[in-house]
Amino acid sequence: MKMPPFDYACPATLPEALALLSAHDGDAKVLAGGQSLVPILAFRLAAPKLLIDLRKLGDLRSIKITRDGISLGAMVRWCDIESDIRLRTAHPLLVAAVAHVAHYQIRNRGTVGGSIAHADPAAEMPGIAVTCEAEIIAVSKAGTRIIRAADFFQGALTTALSSDEIIVEIRLPAWPAGRRWGFQEFARRRGDFALAAAALFYDGDASSKAANAHVGVIGVADRPLRLPSVEAVLNGATIDAAVIAKAEAATAAAINPDSDIHASGAYRKALAATMVERALKMASG
Amino acid sequence: MQVCFEVNGRDVEVVVEPRLTLADCLRHHLRLTGTHVGCEHGVCGACTVLFDGNAVRSCLILAVQAEGSKIVTVEGLSKDDGLTPLQASFRRHHALQCGSCTPGMITTAHALLSAEPDCDADRVREVLSGNLCRCTGYVSIVEAVLDARAAYKSGAS
Repeated sequence: MKMPPFDYACPATLPEALALLSAHDGDAKVLAGGQSLVPILAFRLAAPKLLIDLRKLGDLRSIKITRDGISLGAMVRWCDIESDIRLRTAHPLLVAAVAHVAHYQIRNRGTVGGSIAHADPAAEMPGIAVTCEAEIIAVSKAGTRIIRAADFFQGALTTALSSDEIIVEIRLPAWPAGRRWGFQEFARRRGDFALAAAALFYDGDASSKAANAHVGVIGVADRPLRLPSVEAVLNGATIDAAVIAKAEAATAAAINPDSDIHASGAYRKALAATMVERALKMASG
Repeated sequence: MQVCFEVNGRDVEVVVEPRLTLADCLRHHLRLTGTHVGCEHGVCGACTVLFDGNAVRSCLILAVQAEGSKIVTVEGLSKDDGLTPLQASFRRHHALQCGSCTPGMITTAHALLSAEPDCDADRVREVLSGNLCRCTGYVSIVEAVLDARAAYKSGAS
């Protein structure tokens, strides 16, 4: 499998990269870690005229944690998230999800921005973005757009990003201490894409009832989903075995996965419900 | 395009098409055929090399992206003609049969043990999950890596 021919540019600044992208009017692709784009090129599913490598844009590699939330530069790699000790308390759900991303070698290259732009429906980072109400910051020559994760993912490998825009940052809202959370994923082999996974969190009010529940699932639709009907089961409830069983049933009722070569729709539906059940046990345990 | 980088401690300069992978550049332009190519889309791990110290899949990196970097291939692990302690451990434990996956196993395990010489069997299995062996060798491979930890702890690696 050899890639189709293309030209390559490695601009030193973001404005240069944006100018190149805009000048090629849809015929250029942005190269971050290359862990999704290069296989796509190897399969010849895309044949851009130009690849624009972002590796010299060091500003996109920073992880900033403030009172307002967490800012991940688009070129932050999975291994950067794994090795950042601050994130283990600043966003434990993100860290837990990233542990499931692909393999050791891929985590040394793959980036947050690349995964968001690629928008695989079974990928962890888009799921975390949707579950946590992340904002995706995209820039073009025309200016900056802040896109809500809920609006960003439009289908399998399809996003709200225009062909002249580059993702520069992903912002996650601040994570209060004491928040309860769970992440559960099932894949046939370690590092494979999820057959289904659940990411969820909730805060506790004074009477230890759940509030502000957020429940997301991946691998069960053409994009990551948040499940408001499951959140409604949790909000105002004490998370015990009966509520967890109700949430599990509500998950199965809320999704309608297609069958594919990896699993039947019925299997994925049951699996996603089990992932929510286990994630809630993890969160409430 | 002209690209300059370092391979196994030696500066190299190659002229390549942008679409050439680092794996093919190492094998065809630099004749370093120790790096094996299996799936060519980032699944099998056979082509793993060290890129500025990190284990990466060289089939998912363009040669032009290696500009200015330091690459170490399986040929570069041994300072002399002998086997490294990790390689000797693979031999001792019969951790290879056909040998196709072995360069990727060795480079990945070397990166792991260099960073985490105290890792346990679970960690070894997790890290090597990105390297496929189709001969059935995982048990002996994990044992070989675990046995080589002592050399990395003592700095004899």
